[in-house]
Amino acid sequence: MTSSFTAFKAILGKDLRTELRTMRSLPAMILFAVTTFIIFRFGLDRTVLSGSLAGGVIWMTLLFAAILGINRIFLAEREEGGFDAIRLAPVDRSAMFLAKAAALFTYLVVLELIVVPTFALFFLPQWSGLIPMIPVLAGANLGLAVLGTLISSMAVNSRARDLLVPLLLLPLVVPLMIAATGATAPLLEPAGPTYDDYGTWLLVMALYDGIFCLVGYTVFEFLLED
Amino acid sequence: MSGGGLKAISIATVITLIIGFGLVFFWTPMDADQGFKQKIFYVHVPLSVVALAGFIAGGIEGFRHLRTNNNRHDLNSYVFIHLSVVFGVGALLTGAIWAKASWGHWWVWEEPTLVSFLIVFLMYCTYYPFRYAIEDRDRQARYASVFAITAGAFVPLNFMAVRMADSIIHPRVFATSEGGLPASMLFTFLICLLGIGLLWVTLVKLEQLGKRASGQVSRLRRALDADPGRRGSVGGRIAPSGEVR
Repeated sequence: MTSSFTAFKAILGKDLRTELRTMRSLPAMILFAVTTFIIFRFGLDRTVLSGSLAGGVIWMTLLFAAILGINRIFLAEREEGGFDAIRLAPVDRSAMFLAKAAALFTYLVVLELIVVPTFALFFLPQWSGLIPMIPVLAGANLGLAVLGTLISSMAVNSRARDLLVPLLLLPLVVPLMIAATGATAPLLEPAGPTYDDYGTWLLVMALYDGIFCLVGYTVFEFLLED
Repeated sequence: MSGGGLKAISIATVITLIIGFGLVFFWTPMDADQGFKQKIFYVHVPLSVVALAGFIAGGIEGFRHLRTNNNRHDLNSYVFIHLSVVFGVGALLTGAIWAKASWGHWWVWEEPTLVSFLIVFLMYCTYYPFRYAIEDRDRQARYASVFAITAGAFVPLNFMAVRMADSIIHPRVFATSEGGLPASMLFTFLICLLGIGLLWVTLVKLEQLGKRASGQVSRLRRALDADPGRRGSVGGRIAPSGEVR
């Protein structure tokens, strides 16, 4: 039996290589996010954003861009028989869950590396809040990656898969988004970052991530049985 | 489950609810602050408590289904969630009426309990499109159980996060350090809670009975279809599938 870690590395490597060669998800996610900023600029009729408005815009944009990626994360497995392969292979099925979540996490990091500076360039009067935003982004990425993987694997084997992902995911990430926007809004105040409840919100995110990592890791193998 | 058990529990439900509502209208004191409209509390709070408990129970049944692979638990999980969604509609409607009466608005965003309940309710509404988008029976049951477990874990987290995000104006009737409910109100509330809980159990049993009967009917129909010797006796009522081709 191949060790779980080898399987994890193989699946993650395969996913990242395919994404590098085909560019199926990431460019679309980035384009979507940048275009959304333009819509927000006219929708809100503001050229400068700060505080909770800035937090709301950045998190809505990232969340909906993430959904584009989450929709596609298992599409190749379904179309090319990757699910059958993992069922046949003598490896721990949870390795696939972890590898997919890691791939999604990587996508989100790349997305944010481009989109968050673009957002700052477009809207933010001063940028000192961006560095303390990194732990918030990491915490939200982990939650989105884990839940996205779980939901995507549930939805991809149903008839209405593109419809179900946002439908199932949005209510589930409400607490994560409350924590993320709650931590981000004081960081983007025009007078410079303040840290109201910053630690508390990070703790909430850590709790959320921890619970859904455990749930996802435990239930994932039942989604692969056939 | 026998029909007799259903009858007994239905009668118990009716009696408890009648006693409960009788106490609500004729015995409990008027609320000094809110007056008569406060009495909706005896319906609203039990409805939401029972719905939330039902959601959690649905998650536990989903977990048991994954462990034992017994479809009975999947049926339980489905019926629990289904009836809790129905009770959730009731809780949201009575909540909105109460909010209008006592705060002047049908919907109050500053109220964390209301908002969390709405989020949980919306999430469980997606259970139906999700479940019925999967055709294979076994897979449907398994995926629905995974959903029930994930959602069950989500319920307490969601309440915590939403409550932290906002101020608290919901009446915390049990949590206040001094005062709280007078004994007569607490007693009536508990009777109403019991009555609504029994109503939920009755409806669950009824729904299970219906589901089981319709499952049996479709099994029989399939057996008839599969058995060519019996087809003559069925006459033209069941289409002789496969023969035309």
